[in-house]
Amino acid sequence: MYVYDQFDQAMVDARVAEFRDQVRRRLEGHLSEDQFKPLRLMNGLYLQLHAYMLRVAIPYGTLNSAQMRMLGQIAAKYDRGYGHFTTRQNIQYNWIRLEDAGDILADLASVGMHAIQTSGNCIRNTTSDQWAGAAADEVADPRPYAELIRQWSTFHPEFCALPRKFKMAVIAAEADRAAMRLHDIGIRLVKNAAGELGAQFYVGGGMGRTPMIAPPIRDWVPIDQFITYCEACLRVYNRHGRRDNKYKARIKILVHELGAAEYTRQVEEEFAHLLSQGIEPPAAELARIAAQFTDPPFETGLPDSMDLADPAFARWVRVNVSGHKAPGYAVVTVSLKPAGGIPGDASAAQIELLADLARDHGFDELRVTHTQNVVLPHVRKADLYAIWQRLEATGMGSANIDRIGDIIACPGLDYCSLANARSIPVAQAISARMAAREDEIGELKLKISGCINACGHHHAGHIGILGVDRKGVENYQLLLGGSEGADCSLGTITGPGFDEEGIVGAVETATEVYLARREAGERFLDTYRRIGMAPFKEALYG
Amino acid sequence: MKLLTGNDLKSGAVIWWDGTGWSLHVEQAADVGGEGDVIAAREGAARRVVAAYVVEAEGTPQGPRPLHIKERIRAIGPTVRPDLALRPADPALGEWVI
Ligand code: SF4
Repeated sequence: MYVYDQFDQAMVDARVAEFRDQVRRRLEGHLSEDQFKPLRLMNGLYLQLHAYMLRVAIPYGTLNSAQMRMLGQIAAKYDRGYGHFTTRQNIQYNWIRLEDAGDILADLASVGMHAIQTSGNCIRNTTSDQWAGAAADEVADPRPYAELIRQWSTFHPEFCALPRKFKMAVIAAEADRAAMRLHDIGIRLVKNAAGELGAQFYVGGGMGRTPMIAPPIRDWVPIDQFITYCEACLRVYNRHGRRDNKYKARIKILVHELGAAEYTRQVEEEFAHLLSQGIEPPAAELARIAAQFTDPPFETGLPDSMDLADPAFARWVRVNVSGHKAPGYAVVTVSLKPAGGIPGDASAAQIELLADLARDHGFDELRVTHTQNVVLPHVRKADLYAIWQRLEATGMGSANIDRIGDIIACPGLDYCSLANARSIPVAQAISARMAAREDEIGELKLKISGCINACGHHHAGHIGILGVDRKGVENYQLLLGGSEGADCSLGTITGPGFDEEGIVGAVETATEVYLARREAGERFLDTYRRIGMAPFKEALYG
Repeated sequence: MKLLTGNDLKSGAVIWWDGTGWSLHVEQAADVGGEGDVIAAREGAARRVVAAYVVEAEGTPQGPRPLHIKERIRAIGPTVRPDLALRPADPALGEWVI
């Protein structure tokens, strides 16, 4: 895992001191809210529905136990005892006092964390595959490259006032576990026939009010030029992005309006120019970073067999535990989605327990997933039972990963000032009603957003739900057929929306259609793709 | 009727203009009529409130009830965490919000 050097630490410490002073000046009246707002947003501090909300960056979702423990301590000390893990692999606190903001940032800095660029029209936290470094199917660990992007993009003077926010993802496997093509820039690391590493670029994806799947714009960028290529992509966007219209300002609109071919042509031209400028970070810097992402000291000769006599444990292993590249090890995905619970919320005690588990059983490593769960990436299979027992005892033992209860839900109208409708109660009602049928239904990814901004990825759900405001009353549109994976697709709206109770019934009806019509081995998504929308519409609207 | 609401600068807490100052409790909110923007500007400049805005409400025997669900949720707290509500023990809260 990457550990801050003196430069990283000095930058973050300086930012803490600067923000402390800005808060002081605001409280003493030397700064107006209009002057202060952009400053607090640069430090991840929003004013939300109930209070200030602080969004803390978790770079590419990776953190160690000391960092996770600090997140729990912040929840206990400065918030109301919990935090909310987000679809950007970050964490948000909902009840922050402005007076405490400087102390919180100082506490974060003490463990190599910050909230820089978690808001505003800049390059946000780069996301990645939560199984990075553990997955057998990756061609390389994507995190050193995501870390290099973090260092390149942090405080990048040219890209701190982009037309709109900018999100990047880096993966290194055919399987896409990071919704890569739904990012402004998605990068897949690949190897060529000679075994050299390069980067495929997908540009112009995103969700929100105009969802788009990023088209591929280059199959191969040599890895020692990939930051230069990122810079070229950003430059063309920064030059031509629509600053006149917030709703058309994302790069996806530019790529769409110019056409992928013309956008690519301009990027290539810029790339050729930039190559002559020598802006790529030195190879030694990448090597310095990569040296911190070596494998932990895996033991050899460990058994792969487990005692699965306890049926509840066996089910959890089947659903939440995945293969690891090292024999005798496994990847554990801890579900933060108990039936009827709030997706992505974790109490201070739960967060600290996750830190303990990483320390005791997981080479001190944790990951946050874009599906609002937490991963222990390197666990000995022999330790799984002990881990499961501790998770069970603290309400984190749900065996439902990628099942209908593993719902992505944005904060919605319960917390978010931009929301049209509540997301969380809908998620709670669906997960409570469908929990007993999860095994019967199998893989089904359900995603809920409380408004068109789509933080809950509803476009990419096998079943998606979008909350809308119909004359002051919450209403919910149903979408079917989305996917964020390698088979990326956007969901289609079924028809007229439903009220809060009706949307829960509509989800159940859609699953009934699937169960009645599925063929052997088909997931919900496969059946939908084969039979199309008509049978679902018929069942939903008669 | 019209209410003026915003957030406390230091704590971020949701507050309501009660005619002479700010209250955490919507039932104490005053009808600001056409004065909302003037009060908001004055109070904002004095750093007693941030992001203040006027909302429509109806009068009820229990006090003012904002017309839009968003402000009713602001008044009480997240519907999914009744334990964090201003009056956690009040079983009528859910009905009041929804
Ligand atoms: S999708 Fe809308 S309601 Fe949900 S968190 Fe994003 S902005 Fe808020």
